[in-house]
Amino acid sequence: MTQQPLVSVRGLRIGAVTDAGRKVEIIKGLDFDIHPGEIVALIGESGSGKTTTALSLMGHCRPGCAITGGSIRVGRHDVATMSESARAHLRGTEVSYVPQSAAAAFNPSKRIMEQVIEITDIHGLMPQAEAEKKAVGLFRALALPDPETIGTRYPHQVSGGQLQRLAAAMALIGDPELVIFDEPTTALDVTTQIEVLRAFKSVMAAGRIAGVYVSHDLAVVAQVADRIIVLKGGEIQEEGGTDDILHRPAHPYTKALLAAFEPVPHVPAARGKAPDEAPILQVEHLFAGYGAVRKGEPDVKILKDVTFRIERGKNLGVIGESGSGKSTLARAVAGILPAYRGAMKFDGAELRPDLQSRSKDQLRRCQMVFQLADTALNPAQSIEAILSRPLAFYHGLSGRAKAARVAELLDMVHLPAAMRHRLPGELSGGQKQRINLARALAAEPELILCDEITSALDTVVAAAILDLLKELQTELGLSYMFISHDLSTVEAICDEVLVMLKGEVVEQLPAARMAADAQHPYSRLLISSVPQLDTGWLAGLDRTG
Amino acid sequence: MISVLRTSPRPGGTGPSWRFNWVGRIGLAMILFWAVVAIFAPMIAPYPIGEIADWDYFGPMSGQFWLGSDYLGRDVLSRILVGSRYTVGISLAAVFAACAGGVILGMVAAVMGGLFDTLLSRLLDAFNGIPSLLFGLVVVAAVGSSIPVLVLTLAAIYLPGAYRFARALSVNVNAMDFVTVARARGERTPYLIFREIFPNILGPVLADLGVRFVFIVLLLSGLSFLGLGVQPPNADWGALVRENIEGLSLGAPAVIFPCIAIATLTISVNMFIDNLPKKIRDRSE
Amino acid sequence: MLRSLTFYILIAQRLGIAAVTLVIVSFAVFFATELLPGDVAQVLLGQAATDEAVAGLRQAMGLDQPAIWRFLGWMGGLATGDFGMSYVSNMPVAELIADRLANSLRLAAVTTAISVPLALALGIGAAMWQGSLFDRIVSILTISVISVPEFMVATLAVLVFAVWLGWLPALSYGAETGSIGAMLKAYAMPVITLGFVVSAQMIRMTRAAVIETINTPYVEMALLKGASRRRMVLGHALPNALGPIANAVALSLSYLVGGVIIVETIFNYPGVAKLMVDAVSTRDLPLIQSCAMIFCVSYLLLITIADLTAILSNPRLRR
Repeated sequence: MTQQPLVSVRGLRIGAVTDAGRKVEIIKGLDFDIHPGEIVALIGESGSGKTTTALSLMGHCRPGCAITGGSIRVGRHDVATMSESARAHLRGTEVSYVPQSAAAAFNPSKRIMEQVIEITDIHGLMPQAEAEKKAVGLFRALALPDPETIGTRYPHQVSGGQLQRLAAAMALIGDPELVIFDEPTTALDVTTQIEVLRAFKSVMAAGRIAGVYVSHDLAVVAQVADRIIVLKGGEIQEEGGTDDILHRPAHPYTKALLAAFEPVPHVPAARGKAPDEAPILQVEHLFAGYGAVRKGEPDVKILKDVTFRIERGKNLGVIGESGSGKSTLARAVAGILPAYRGAMKFDGAELRPDLQSRSKDQLRRCQMVFQLADTALNPAQSIEAILSRPLAFYHGLSGRAKAARVAELLDMVHLPAAMRHRLPGELSGGQKQRINLARALAAEPELILCDEITSALDTVVAAAILDLLKELQTELGLSYMFISHDLSTVEAICDEVLVMLKGEVVEQLPAARMAADAQHPYSRLLISSVPQLDTGWLAGLDRTG
Repeated sequence: MISVLRTSPRPGGTGPSWRFNWVGRIGLAMILFWAVVAIFAPMIAPYPIGEIADWDYFGPMSGQFWLGSDYLGRDVLSRILVGSRYTVGISLAAVFAACAGGVILGMVAAVMGGLFDTLLSRLLDAFNGIPSLLFGLVVVAAVGSSIPVLVLTLAAIYLPGAYRFARALSVNVNAMDFVTVARARGERTPYLIFREIFPNILGPVLADLGVRFVFIVLLLSGLSFLGLGVQPPNADWGALVRENIEGLSLGAPAVIFPCIAIATLTISVNMFIDNLPKKIRDRSE
Repeated sequence: MLRSLTFYILIAQRLGIAAVTLVIVSFAVFFATELLPGDVAQVLLGQAATDEAVAGLRQAMGLDQPAIWRFLGWMGGLATGDFGMSYVSNMPVAELIADRLANSLRLAAVTTAISVPLALALGIGAAMWQGSLFDRIVSILTISVISVPEFMVATLAVLVFAVWLGWLPALSYGAETGSIGAMLKAYAMPVITLGFVVSAQMIRMTRAAVIETINTPYVEMALLKGASRRRMVLGHALPNALGPIANAVALSLSYLVGGVIIVETIFNYPGVAKLMVDAVSTRDLPLIQSCAMIFCVSYLLLITIADLTAILSNPRLRR
């Protein structure tokens, strides 16, 4: 491209003030250009500075941050040196923004239409009637249902995927030259994500609008971006055309990101099975739910007639979208949420639905690990205290034996023994999740229920946790029930997979042959909706779908 | 005005660093000052509190009577110093009783849930529906005023608030996964309350204790001002204002300084609570 | 506007809670004034009275009946406007209270009319220019007023306006029949004092409510649409803060109940509160009961209004 770039960023530096009042630099001198009509992806893990960079193109910094150096030229303006009121003129008309969570970004007390056309009102672009007509046109282009009337609703009356598209309409109403997408599909389920991505792609292409697409997901970015900028620690690691980055990565960090995407085939644990050995867990016709109980049934019924079994030493994956009841299933098995009907057997013996009527030994043999490591560790207890309690509680250890075992557990999850003096708040997300695992291991369990334990982690860190899980399995002969919304994670560790939809199991499949064997339409939809690291994947779906 | 002071032994190391700004430090210093005064009052008071030392009444500030003299010609400074024992002592006793009761009941209600929680919450909320000064008036009218009655009444008035606050915090902590983990391990209620929940609500509960202490000081002063609190010949700061209210139109120090004493105590507690020393983790990664 | 079913259930629930609270509060007041003091007949007649005289009076007053019947009888009396007879002046309590109540209500109404608009303007202004000099001055003033007893605010007001400036009389509720100027002067000090106490709370809560909504993603979104600070606060934050603000107003007005007791006493204002404080010193229990119930009911009313506005303003309950 020989024409003048739409955006030129040179030597951009953004500083922040830490809790301690110390100044740090979070963006350390970035240079990049965006050409008219081009979509550039900013990719990186949390804390890489990708959102901060994207927002700076609108001259906006979150509280505590400030642009400390460099220039940001957008069109004819230098955003970095403009006054706040001059920036306000730019926002919405030349550069606009699509937020990560449209559900939070829509004002709950105003109707959708009023908010979508607000930009035209702020900047006096066109009369209200004309703006509403234009909005309806955009709703139609974004494939929203009931384009004529959806604007009269309140935000809480439409679904998350629809809100995300409405947020795009809100961004496009002022005919901007550049649209910033800030992780716009991260909060969505995969099947919804596809529709939203398609809608975004078609309106952006139709209007020849330039875009900045912020994401941590390479596969999503592969579908929409022309060029990719890889960020880490506030610096550009690598920059190049989407195909080049995906197929010919040069920088080690980019290679690590791509490697985390590589499907790692799961090798089933090879162990001799006694002919009369009972499955470690057997669940039959399980029903569970929340709320007030009437006539033996709760108000909100979640799980309906769930049946499965986990053989000793094998792993079962449970996949499904938000609201499918997969976490409820884990809670029912753990006894945290007592099932109201159905039967469970643990190693051949009856497992009662509620915690109180299970024996201490049964509680010990089945442990659960939670999704959010932050909330699963008591912030007021040291790591040593956290790991010691199950040792004392289940095994009656004390004194030196207990201390030695704590060191051993830390070693098992590859953490230094010195970490036992720390508080959870002083650990990184990956380290916390390892402590979480170590606490479960302290009980010496036979089955571990893992509830989305890698979902909140960055790709590379999550991959390391999966490796650890596999390693522990071979050492300790564990079984896992692995709950996730991410198919590739499940594929990497499980032998069998349950597909759940609205509280029911729609299908049970061998993990290795998920794509080939799936029969149920929902399983097929779910599997086909997972973005692939292939620039033509979304377009290919368009043809076949 | 707010300068930041770091007292980290190892900057950049793993040790915790603390941030405690000047506003908070001044507050803490004033609190300590009044605590020392309350303890040693009889020793530092220049005159016996009952002694009529001045021929004049509502005398001005002078070298002999630093804060002037009161409506009978007694030394105001001595009476304020000794009055601190009543104001601070009664309020402290009441606030500890209210918070200890409220916090324990609140944690138990949060962990047990169910009918116990519902009934207790309803009942204590209903008591919150009585204006506090009125509650005090009615009790004093019914049984008369004495120091034990005052402590118990003040504690009863502020217990429902302490309960509500502690329960709300405990319900949040109780919903956290680490409590679920402990429960799934098979732990019993006392362990859940004292090991998992209490350490995590301690900070806010202490701050709440301070806020409630201020309320109690204000209410006690109000009652004494109405003549229903500490009874003569003893006098807390509120009673000192009442005794000398005649001097108000003269702008007498005898009515101004007890007011200032109350204000310095309550404002310094508020200053301290709003600017508690914070343990900070330098998150620059 | 149509409302969802949950909405009506919540309203009904809230009113039910208010009713239950009223019963519990009445019982507490009754218990404190009728049962705690011991034998009222003995109290009335003094230590020197003969046993027969005490027994006779006890029977005449119905004190020999079980407490629960006396409670129900008393509640029935309250509901029908029969507040009983004053021990001290031997006049019907209702008569004693009638004029006084009008005076107190007038004081409360004038204070509300002045302090609510003022407090809202200051609270919203402080939030809009958060961190500015204006905000800081307002914050320091409000926290100072909240940190000191009501009587101190009153004393300060007297010192400033009466002693130093000499604009207003110090401690008088003069002839109200005089000129408008005289009436204004008579009301000024109590209203200023009460206004300070009530507004300080209201300003703090209003400011907090608006700032909480300013820190939401949808207000940041408005900023990124190019909206001015004014539009962000008044157009986006304020409509969502209305519930919490209305709640704050009602809750702050409930401070009137406590404040009025001190203010009427210090300024010698002939209202219900002054009547009650006097009744406490003469232990005139029927009078105390009735005054206490008036205060409790008005307090409960304000708290309930505060809760109801919070429910009414939740946009998620709109259809």
